[in-house]
Amino acid sequence: MKLKTALLGAVAALVAAPAAWAERGTDGEVKLTFPQAVSILNPYLTDGTKDVLAAGFVIEPLAGYDTEGNRVARLVTELPTVENGGISADLTSITWKLIPGLMWSDGSPVTAADVAFTAQYCMDPAGGCAQSAKFANIDKVEAVDDQTVKITFKGPQSNPFQAFVGGQTPILQKAQFEACLGAAAPTCTAQNSGPIGTGPFRVTGFTVNDTVQMEANPNYRDPAKPAFATLVIKGGGDAIGSARAVMETGEFDYAWNTQIPPDAQAQMTAAGKGQFVVAFGTLVERIETNLTDPSADLAEGERSTAKHPHPILSDVNVRLALSKAIDRNTLVEVGYGAGGKPTCNLVPAPAMFASDNTDCLTQDLEGAKKLLEDAGWVDSDGDGIREKDGKKLSLLYQTTVNPIRQDFQALIKSWWNEIGIEVELKSIDPGVFFGGDAGSPDTFQKFYADVEMYANNFSGTDPEAYLAEHACDQAPSPENQWQGPNINRFCDPAYDAALKELTAATDPAKRAEIAIKLNDMLTKDSKVIIPLVHRGTLSAHSNALGGVAINAWDNEITNIEDWYRVK
Amino acid sequence: MTDSAIPKPVSQSRAVWQQFRSHRGAMAGLVILGLLLAFVLVGPLIWRVDPAYINPDAAAMIKARNKPPSWASPLGTDQLGRDMLARMMAGGKVSMAVGMVAMAISILLGTFVGVLAGYFRRLDGPLMRLTDLFLALPLLPLLLVMVMLFRDTLAGILGPELGTFLLIVFAIGVTSWMQSARIVRGEVLALKEREFVLAARSIGTPPSRMILRHILPNVMSPIMVAATLGIASAIITESALSFLGLGFPPDFPTWGRLLFDGVDYLTQYPERVIWPGLAISLTVLSVNYIGDGLRDALDPRIRGR
Repeated sequence: MKLKTALLGAVAALVAAPAAWAERGTDGEVKLTFPQAVSILNPYLTDGTKDVLAAGFVIEPLAGYDTEGNRVARLVTELPTVENGGISADLTSITWKLIPGLMWSDGSPVTAADVAFTAQYCMDPAGGCAQSAKFANIDKVEAVDDQTVKITFKGPQSNPFQAFVGGQTPILQKAQFEACLGAAAPTCTAQNSGPIGTGPFRVTGFTVNDTVQMEANPNYRDPAKPAFATLVIKGGGDAIGSARAVMETGEFDYAWNTQIPPDAQAQMTAAGKGQFVVAFGTLVERIETNLTDPSADLAEGERSTAKHPHPILSDVNVRLALSKAIDRNTLVEVGYGAGGKPTCNLVPAPAMFASDNTDCLTQDLEGAKKLLEDAGWVDSDGDGIREKDGKKLSLLYQTTVNPIRQDFQALIKSWWNEIGIEVELKSIDPGVFFGGDAGSPDTFQKFYADVEMYANNFSGTDPEAYLAEHACDQAPSPENQWQGPNINRFCDPAYDAALKELTAATDPAKRAEIAIKLNDMLTKDSKVIIPLVHRGTLSAHSNALGGVAINAWDNEITNIEDWYRVK
Repeated sequence: MTDSAIPKPVSQSRAVWQQFRSHRGAMAGLVILGLLLAFVLVGPLIWRVDPAYINPDAAAMIKARNKPPSWASPLGTDQLGRDMLARMMAGGKVSMAVGMVAMAISILLGTFVGVLAGYFRRLDGPLMRLTDLFLALPLLPLLLVMVMLFRDTLAGILGPELGTFLLIVFAIGVTSWMQSARIVRGEVLALKEREFVLAARSIGTPPSRMILRHILPNVMSPIMVAATLGIASAIITESALSFLGLGFPPDFPTWGRLLFDGVDYLTQYPERVIWPGLAISLTVLSVNYIGDGLRDALDPRIRGR
């Protein structure tokens, strides 16, 4: 009897399987778990990544980014360029053409008026729009005809792809949100928790800060997608709990943001029920060197300022030796596992801006010792610490309180000790370290230490603003209340000149070339910044879920319509 | 015949010791505390492994990570291949020293304030209001501010480790004397009205001698109890400070730090949390039992029963 049932089941599965690839809603339910619960489904009223991610299944922007960081069209026929006339020659306007026949999930047509309305919605000063920065340079958005929308800027715009590009600025339906303009925006609870969209799913139920239920959008533009009939997002818990629910108990198909220690990753992967996936954006864990003297003997206001060059770290050979002594592969293995990879670059991605700089990836303790030896740093009194002109090679190394960072500190200290450098460690509460309080001696900008470690990234795909942070005039100092991003106090006229070139350049290939040169000036050539680990965002999915391709440049999940059940 | 009926008079210290020995919990506590002290003081002389040693050869370090207990490392190794036994010894030395010294400071301060407030009527009001003030202060933020303001200065003069040690014990000491001050004041107020004090005063004993000879010996037992409780809370406070990044440098092991470091590995390597947790619990428990026994032994009304 049992055997017969099983056989029948197998036959039925075989018959059903080919159909599953080509029909909407044949694969049942997909369950996602987020460590932070979803609180609203309108990205214009939230900064929460979890909210924007969940809303992305329902409402879509005109264009987005693929997993490589390239722009791709979503609701439009093609990406506007200067060549195809989509962007005006003087860079002051951009024209988008909607896909003909596009429908909202309620069956009404999507028109250019909806796009224009969305801009009006976010640009209303009383609305408190969370994405208003992306609309800041827009003069007006007008519907030329039903399919064509034209955005006019206040001036020439080198990057016109801000509003309506990427999951943070999707198109809202005018008919639904018409009554929610300005101060009324947050009060429209029904609209904000159940927007009508063009995406592969539509909302059927939403419990704030708990669960979101969705079903396949019957009017989705691709009749064969999505494969899943319903979708559930359960929020709450912590990273390790969500990872377990996918990797060990199998309660869920996908867990977002599961940053857990490598040991736990390995243990869970060994259970064989799922796998971790990682998306690498631009986040780099690095050691920053202080080019100015942080000595406590100096007067307050002169400490760590350009008046006093650093007695040790001004020597490029010391910085090169510090970098050479580090084994980045070990750091990744200890701290991040699948969630990181070793890097020598400040700008590790997107691929066109990443330098092919790999000289630092192998540890070279002997090479580091020789560099110091040749530069005159020798251990003359036999205490295991090198000195030069009576100055001991001794460094204070600070970072935030974080178990992975403390492990990194201990490891790097052991390598630096090995090449004859004395290291004192210090860890600071992250709230203080990143707090930027000009009165505290422990902020990362004030930098009252010789070297410090933290992670930073840039948003979007263009590193210009990020590289411009290391211009001479960006150094924190008492004059600017210690607010400046050039925390190394790096100052090189050649760098500033190259930055000017970058700002002026419009040709993408030329821009990439200059950006790579700037990156190398900071890392490869001078090691003012010692990059350690390129960190990604780690998520987990069950082996029974197919089609997952996570994205670091847009919402983490941009292809949920392609997900399917592995049978 | 009569002398056999009257027991031989014994010296006071001997009587106290006899009473103390009859308290089983206190004796067990004394033995365990003794063993723990031997572990942290004598241990490193026998087990000569550097607690901060990480193999600079990365491949060897990776192999030595997260080892279970073995002859080479009886308590296993941690996530960076450091020997857990050596770290437990080094950590215990710091934690116990912090506990004892901070307790001594807080008891000295507390007794001083308590006796002055209880004995001199004019000082009572101001001193007790000061105590209330300290009790009302949120202590952790106060500690954080103290550490932030003075750490670099002290570290510059005395070196990072000794400087931090002194700062931490001082900070804990000056923020935990209030309970003992209140207890002592209450006892002194009661004692002041007793006949023997009146007798001593009637023969013109000056206040200083009165306090030292007549009052202090009689408030010893509550002070002892407060002291033993103080050790425990000082060890815990130090852990909290280390956790906030305001205690010792991060590579400097203490029991509190080992405990917090181990929490991340709780499911895979529970022993990382169990060892330091057990050591802290044993210290606190044994010290409490000793305090309990001492109180009984020092109280003449209980002694002999």
